[in-house]
Amino acid sequence: MPAIQLMDIDKFIENFTDLFDETDPATISATTQFKSLDEWSSLVALSVIAMVDEEYDVEFRGDDIRGSNTVEDLYNIVKNRVE
Amino acid sequence: MAKITFQGVGIKALSACVPPEVVYNKDLGYLIPEEEIEKTINNIGIEQRRIAAPDVTASDLCYKAACQLMEDNDIDPSSIDVLLFMSQTPDYRIPATSCLLQHRLGLPRETMCFDISLGCSGYLFALSTAFAYASMQGVNRVLLLDGETFSKIVNRRDKVDWPLYGDAGTATLVEKGDYGTSTFMLNTDGSGENVLKIHAGMRNPITAESCVEREQEDGNIRSDLEVFMDGMDVFNFAISKVPKSIKQLLKETEHTVDDVDYLIFHQANRFMMDFFVKKLKMSPERVPYCINKYGNTSSASVPLTIASELQGRLEGDHTVVLSAFGAGLSWGSAIMSMHDCNVFPVIEY
Repeated sequence: MPAIQLMDIDKFIENFTDLFDETDPATISATTQFKSLDEWSSLVALSVIAMVDEEYDVEFRGDDIRGSNTVEDLYNIVKNRVE
Repeated sequence: MAKITFQGVGIKALSACVPPEVVYNKDLGYLIPEEEIEKTINNIGIEQRRIAAPDVTASDLCYKAACQLMEDNDIDPSSIDVLLFMSQTPDYRIPATSCLLQHRLGLPRETMCFDISLGCSGYLFALSTAFAYASMQGVNRVLLLDGETFSKIVNRRDKVDWPLYGDAGTATLVEKGDYGTSTFMLNTDGSGENVLKIHAGMRNPITAESCVEREQEDGNIRSDLEVFMDGMDVFNFAISKVPKSIKQLLKETEHTVDDVDYLIFHQANRFMMDFFVKKLKMSPERVPYCINKYGNTSSASVPLTIASELQGRLEGDHTVVLSAFGAGLSWGSAIMSMHDCNVFPVIEY
């Protein structure tokens, strides 16, 4: 079992930002519309699913990502499933 | 969960055959923006794939692999008691392709033949069936042929599926002998039926409309006769089930990852396999890959990886874990003590 992290939006944003190679971390915040980032792709979506599984032991389905617009939306889904 | 244990049966020999035509993912500029191609190739780990000619089927590739195996092992066709053909791309809807292969391979009429159809997990389930028959009184040898030609059921303008799939046929000879214990753990979750699917069938009868290519989600193009896959849902399914199922198999059979000489995954995509290896804390040099050369060959990928990467490396005794997952949803793992398994280099047809 992974060590489940306490839910903290700043840490979540950091984990999310780590998935990008070329995007300036400073440009990603809770309100960022992540699908409009140049680097966003279906492959980055897979790494979001992997990160959420590893860091929070939460299962993310395709619809969770399709239904989210901002980083905070993703955070809220994870938060609800952790609690 | 089905947990099945066998003793005194094992894999005697294994071979594989791929088509000679190579398709390079670097040439996918018509489907993926040029600037994303290299990243996609690095991520999925697939540089090239083999694609069968229009008149070559999965059973042709399996036939060639079987001929090679029988010739090199000096196997008398009349010694084969059971022939199994595992594929999602059979020659016909009726009759079963295994019957055609019995005749073509010159096996006796006393040979029991039937087809098995499942997802990319199919080899594990079919191999457990081969082991089960080989364990029975009256059966000495089972020939398992597992082949797929997904190039015939994937649309070339589907950017989720087309960069992944390749074609291959394999032959595995299972027989009674001086083999140790093999344990299979096989699982199913049919609530995930829509994650990976071809819609046309008996539920949605085939009409002229079924053949029409249409623009679907995210601009992907396919007809109802072609494969749909929700990549994110498959990924979520695989990462949540596969590492756990391997850990459970090792625990129940009182092994640790350090006891495993080789761990052979269904070659789905490289990123996913690397994730599994990390989660299992397995040393990467014991996890062979052939996905870079052949892509995802669906249920044929586990035996193809053995043929491609473990030739000459399965002499003596080795503890090997096989693990695969796919449409159904369906997933399974097996741990076996392999003993002097004859593996042939991959041939072309």
